[in-house]
Amino acid sequence: MTRTDFMQGNTACAEGALAAGCRFFGGYPITPSTEVAEHMARKLPKAGGVFIQMEDEIASMASIIGASWAGKRSMTATSGPGFSLMMENIGYAVMTETPCVVVNIQRGGPSTGQPTMSGQGDMMQCRFGSHGDYSVIALAPASVQEMFDLTAKAFNLSDRFRTPAFLMADEIIGHMREKLVIPDTVPMQGRKPLQQGVLPFHPDEDLVPGFPQFGKGYGVHVTGLTHDERGYPCATSPALHEELVKRLVNKIESHRDEIADYDVVNPDAETVFISYGVPARSVQQVLHDQKNPDVGHLRLKLVWPFPDSALRIFKNAKTFLVPELNLGQIAREVQRHTKNEVVMLPKLGGALHSPAELTTVLEGYL
Amino acid sequence: MAGQTCDLFDCGHRACGGCGAALVSRLILDAAGEDTIVVSSTGCMEVFSTPYPETAWKVPWIHSLFENNSAVASGIVAALKKQGRKEKVIAIGGDGATFDIGMICISGAFERGHDFTYICYDNEAYMNTGIQRSGATPYDASTTTSPAGKCATGNPLPKKDMPKILAAHGAPYVATATIAYPADIRKKVKKALDTPGPCYIQIHAPCCTGWGFEAEKTMEIGKLAVETGLWVNYEMEQGEVTKVKKVVRKPVEEYLKTQKRFRHLFRPVRNDTEIAKIQAIADRNAEKYGIDIKLKKD
Repeated sequence: MTRTDFMQGNTACAEGALAAGCRFFGGYPITPSTEVAEHMARKLPKAGGVFIQMEDEIASMASIIGASWAGKRSMTATSGPGFSLMMENIGYAVMTETPCVVVNIQRGGPSTGQPTMSGQGDMMQCRFGSHGDYSVIALAPASVQEMFDLTAKAFNLSDRFRTPAFLMADEIIGHMREKLVIPDTVPMQGRKPLQQGVLPFHPDEDLVPGFPQFGKGYGVHVTGLTHDERGYPCATSPALHEELVKRLVNKIESHRDEIADYDVVNPDAETVFISYGVPARSVQQVLHDQKNPDVGHLRLKLVWPFPDSALRIFKNAKTFLVPELNLGQIAREVQRHTKNEVVMLPKLGGALHSPAELTTVLEGYL
Repeated sequence: MAGQTCDLFDCGHRACGGCGAALVSRLILDAAGEDTIVVSSTGCMEVFSTPYPETAWKVPWIHSLFENNSAVASGIVAALKKQGRKEKVIAIGGDGATFDIGMICISGAFERGHDFTYICYDNEAYMNTGIQRSGATPYDASTTTSPAGKCATGNPLPKKDMPKILAAHGAPYVATATIAYPADIRKKVKKALDTPGPCYIQIHAPCCTGWGFEAEKTMEIGKLAVETGLWVNYEMEQGEVTKVKKVVRKPVEEYLKTQKRFRHLFRPVRNDTEIAKIQAIADRNAEKYGIDIKLKKD
């Protein structure tokens, strides 16, 4: 039965994972994400799942890869420094096409930075942080409700595309408390099983191979080396490497429109805010106060792969205003996809853009 | 406190009243003196002792990351050696930094044999992030990631034997201590710093916030850990135990019942099975290290 609760964002994230059938969590304490692990430590054993506190974030990321191959929906949660430690294994998960969910409750960086303050400085690291060419799926919740909903959704996207999926939240959304409606069930789209007689890394038409879980009758060989469709290393063939890496990228990029998830307000507006994650809350207040159809809002619930077609919904747009808690990471991505003026509204330090600040900027463009 | 100074590890920092780790810092710098460079991992000590204007360190001090104080120390030691300099280098980490995330770097530094002293302030969980279990958390202690409840009686795993692991690296001097015996800490730190090569000292540092006891009980709980045999103070030289603090042992529950982290062993009903398992850990310690003082029968 649907129930209503009042909950912290990090706890809602853990609840979303549990609702989505996550039954393995490997993690390591780090502010401001620790409550996700703590909630999983309490709840997973009762749900018949496994919680393991690993010895560091390298091990945490590796453990969820292992658990995924053993057939469990698996997740870890961390913040900046831990996310940096996970990078090599994230690339491994991409290369081995391992479904798993990585939650990053972003804080101020670089380095130890601001452990208890908010930031969105890991958006590009999420996209490009591990070595080599690849693509990722990354969601950006802007409420406690979305901590639940988008975590659950991340598991479906991860399974659907056999790739790690990221929940790129931040300290404010992770720690604030709001109303949460917990549905009876969440939409479930599991892994596509590998058909009999098909090689374990042979893609279907959608470029995604079925998942050959360990112990289900497949002769599976999993490696981070460049591999053929059998999974065997073949690291010196230029053609094979190019084909594999392009497929890993294109299996995600060619589905941009299917994956895209955003809200549009006032599509005929000339001046349009583009936001994701917590700055959306200030933008929503500005639009509420302005009541001006000439001010629009594109709120991205999913940032990677970047949903560039959403920009074209705003046919009259002249200016995109992009408030972010970094020095303009996604604003640069917007610039790549539009000839309109893109105004970076960067903010560092942990505090959110106030509606008044955004209104002042906005008035210069009206 | 403005204008007032105490020691090389200054007063007026942000630690909780009754913090065992703060005593560790004070005592080791007291023993080491001012020609000391400190490398400190992420953790409670780093957080409570460094923000201005309550910065407590009156010696050169560098924060490494969580996982790598020994690697930073390795670089410092090697560079000092090349210049013929004689400053002492101390790496300080909590039990999370030492037993878990930092273990690779400690192992590497000890294998290479750098001349430094590693000090672990062991408060037996990740206290800075809010009391999660570590490899040093004792059996059955309840933490936020090893909660006692229907499915568990707290942390299900034994404490990792780090001193033995580092002794096995060939460390010339390894010792354990507790803040309840300050003179013993000073003596052991001096000995470690005077011993060439990588030395390790693990110091039992009760945490009133994480373990759940009143701040004025820190010393008492430190003593009880030793008196019940759940913590053994010893020295190892070249891999051999050379000195052990002997005690007239008390039952383990005298230690357990002082702390909320073990409360589930007594409430709502007393869990004799689990208490007996913890008594067995103390009994094994007693046998292994020979800590029991044999009282003469009248």
